[in-house]
Amino acid sequence: MSEITPQIVAEHGLNETEYQRVLEIMGREPNLLELGIFSVMWSEHCSYKSSKKWLKTLPTDAPHVIEGPGENAGVIDIGDGLAAVFKMESHNHPSFIEPYQGAATGVGGILRDVFTMGARPIANLNALRFGSPDHGKTRHLVSGVVAGIGGYGNCVGVPTVGGEVNFDPSYNGNILVNAMTVGLAPADRIFKAAASGVGNPVVYVGSKTGRDGIHGATMASAEFDDDSDEKRPTVQVGDPFTEKLLIEACLELMETDAIIGIQDMGAAGLTSSSFEMASKGGMGVELNLDQVPCREDGMSPYEMMLSESQERMLMVLKPGKEDMARGIMEKWDLDFAIIGHLTESGRMVLRMHGDVVGDLPIDPLAEASPEYDRPWIPTPARDDVDAKALSVPGDMGAVLLQLMGSPNLCSRRWIWEQYDHMVMADTQGRPGGDAAVVRVHGTQRALAMSTDCTPRYCLADPARGGAQAVAESWRNLTAVGATPLAITDNMNFGNPEKPEIMGQFVGCIEGMRAACDALAFPVVSGNVSLYNETNGAAILPTPAIGGVGVIEDAGMTAGIGFTEEDADIILIGNTTGHLGATTYLSEIESRSDGAPPAVDLEQEKRNGDFVRSLIVSGQVTVCHDLSDGGLAVTLAEMALASGIGATIDEPADSDLPLPAWLFGEDQARYLIATTSASTLIDAARNAGVSAAIIGRTTGETLTLPGGTPISLSELSGAHEGWLPGYMAGTVN
Amino acid sequence: MKAAVIVFPGSNCDRDVQVTLRQVSGVEPVMVWHKESSFENVDLIVLPGGFSYGDYLRSGAMAAKSNVMREIASRASAGVPVLGICNGFQVLTETGLLPGVLMRNADLKFVCRDVHLKVESSQSLFTSAYETGQVVRIPVAHHDGNYFAGDEELDRLEDRGQIAFRYVDAVGEMEGSANPNGSARNIAGVYNETKTVLGLMPHPERLADPQLGGTDGEGLFKSLLESLS
Repeated sequence: MSEITPQIVAEHGLNETEYQRVLEIMGREPNLLELGIFSVMWSEHCSYKSSKKWLKTLPTDAPHVIEGPGENAGVIDIGDGLAAVFKMESHNHPSFIEPYQGAATGVGGILRDVFTMGARPIANLNALRFGSPDHGKTRHLVSGVVAGIGGYGNCVGVPTVGGEVNFDPSYNGNILVNAMTVGLAPADRIFKAAASGVGNPVVYVGSKTGRDGIHGATMASAEFDDDSDEKRPTVQVGDPFTEKLLIEACLELMETDAIIGIQDMGAAGLTSSSFEMASKGGMGVELNLDQVPCREDGMSPYEMMLSESQERMLMVLKPGKEDMARGIMEKWDLDFAIIGHLTESGRMVLRMHGDVVGDLPIDPLAEASPEYDRPWIPTPARDDVDAKALSVPGDMGAVLLQLMGSPNLCSRRWIWEQYDHMVMADTQGRPGGDAAVVRVHGTQRALAMSTDCTPRYCLADPARGGAQAVAESWRNLTAVGATPLAITDNMNFGNPEKPEIMGQFVGCIEGMRAACDALAFPVVSGNVSLYNETNGAAILPTPAIGGVGVIEDAGMTAGIGFTEEDADIILIGNTTGHLGATTYLSEIESRSDGAPPAVDLEQEKRNGDFVRSLIVSGQVTVCHDLSDGGLAVTLAEMALASGIGATIDEPADSDLPLPAWLFGEDQARYLIATTSASTLIDAARNAGVSAAIIGRTTGETLTLPGGTPISLSELSGAHEGWLPGYMAGTVN
Repeated sequence: MKAAVIVFPGSNCDRDVQVTLRQVSGVEPVMVWHKESSFENVDLIVLPGGFSYGDYLRSGAMAAKSNVMREIASRASAGVPVLGICNGFQVLTETGLLPGVLMRNADLKFVCRDVHLKVESSQSLFTSAYETGQVVRIPVAHHDGNYFAGDEELDRLEDRGQIAFRYVDAVGEMEGSANPNGSARNIAGVYNETKTVLGLMPHPERLADPQLGGTDGEGLFKSLLESLS
């Protein structure tokens, strides 16, 4: 009788065609262990089978790119012989099921992706999306995710310096937890996964293997239903203390010449790490599972190979270096075991108690992983919203107060104060600005980093939304004076088997490609999370962008807070009063219709290059980009960051309704404050950039045209009040 | 001033304080691994912040039983100055080198932000570069910083001048909201009876560089340099 029934195949997430391919590759029926290995290697999570075709169209090259997509993380040259190594990765499904551990292990996993390449992690960021605040689970999820991210990052001692949070009902059943790590490595000493050298030892280091997280990669590739809580046992448990030891031990070992190839055990654990190392090196591998350090007795080969226990690494060492490597691991009290060796067979052979328990060909399995050209339909274009047809509220000050206190625009202090954002003592630009600024230890340089995406724009027009996400990342880095270098992307979407969802994916990629090209801002790493649906309802399309830029002189940067009174406030960029798909429209008019703002990439580049030149030459130290909530919200944030107010003039030469002028979300805009306005405006004119004085800094109130003056203390109360109040259960 | 920085597995502010000590004193500190039972003679021993041994038991409890702590206790009793920052403070209370305990923050959450501290007295090895009553801005970053001791013990500490720093607001008042963790009598740092051992929750090494937005923390290291060189 056959061991493998159609039901077992289906439980492993393989369809009939895929199973037929398994039979062809094996030339026989696989055993359960082998089927399990196919299952995880061909899961959407590991194989990118729905997305590969489109991801390949993104630009990945630039002179400063050392390593693009395909390795554990992207690598870019940042000067001084150093490289920044970074990636963003989702841990959405586990975080919904068990928010603390799901988010914590998300941080742990992305840290390992970065230090696997020889980089010391220097910063974490996270892009979070939660359901509606009035949904019954939201508080619990926010609380658990934030505590989990903090619990892990704080303990490993890597500062969590930035990120973003949105609330939207589409995430009620599928929250998004996208974690990003940035690390530093010598540019000429990047470690990769590829294995080489027949007979060389395959070494396991780190934590012991337990029964946790078995089939996590398969779970992450399926939709949720009402019984998703039953999937709790597939969520891994994190141990940040062991991760900290693993970071130090691996970096110490990397100082020697012992390592040929190294790969962390992430999704699909030992299976995927050993497979990738062998596959990339064109090698075979033989593992003796009796040698795998296990947390409990009696674990089966199936459990060992598919466990997603955390804080484990696999490496291939040069022969003769085993004892030295063992000594380093033992110093850090970590497990060290030689569990196998490389072969020239091109096969993965697994032994236990002297028997062969699995035997699979490596290349055929890796190369034959399915790649789909899924049918897609373009998202229908939306009409523009006519700002002149909307009613005009009586008091713009009251509107601003409402927006500043709304869930999507209020202060995130409650979150970032639970993250140690200063450990390592290089955080120069703390959370709350446009981009975090972290010094490159021991140099004059700093890195700027930010995560960005406006999912409601992506829903309204995927191509515009995709371009806007990249452009906003570029703009945020520019606003602190950084030269944007490259991005990592975390593509979160619904079920790709639905043509309209696939259409969102294709559209977002198209927009991202255009923006990456126009801004010379390539993609160097990324991650895809599909099937973010519950009972058939998908999340907003959310291509989260993590951008990294370099500041050559860390002394030449800008912050969002005003620095002095009687400075002129200059608006850079064109204002058309775009209100479609804006925060204003949803908060004030309770509408979410309309096309999102246009993204003029040429203007984006011209305006940004101009602003950056002012910052790096020291002419401007106060700068903030305009995004959600438009001009008025940007001003309010600048005032609150400094305690210095402002008075804004009636817009000159503008027939725009006041709400459109104040709250419209036109792109490619910045606010700067300066005491040499006329020089800067002349310079802007010469650069072909529109610039106009819109008001000046003064006192401790913010006065908008058509609005009652608002004291900064009242504004601060509204802005700072909502999130702590909501989490305490005192406001909804 | 030659300093030793003790490195426990899970310490994560060891490099930060190493940098500050180097910058302020011009002397490279020696980094001492927790498994060492002895190390060279130094003028100052620093226990850095972090999560020693993961702090899966009470914070600092495991570190208090380490080899190196036995040596440190004996040097402390011989008068060698010891500074414990954050997790280092927790280790010192767990070891009994300082009075009181550090409980979970009153709101049960990790807190990382700048706080204001009042320097209770400039009459110590650690505070001579400050003025008595000076208000300084220094960050905290901890989950377990809620200082507790019985009322009699607290009275005694106050009478003997063993309170080093208290949480205050920007103008030096002991406002409730100025206390980030619920510490008894707003205590942020305490001395032993001879004022040669100091433990404090805030991280002076994090604001000792103008590029990071402040230098109020530098005074503590300058005080030590003046006293110990």
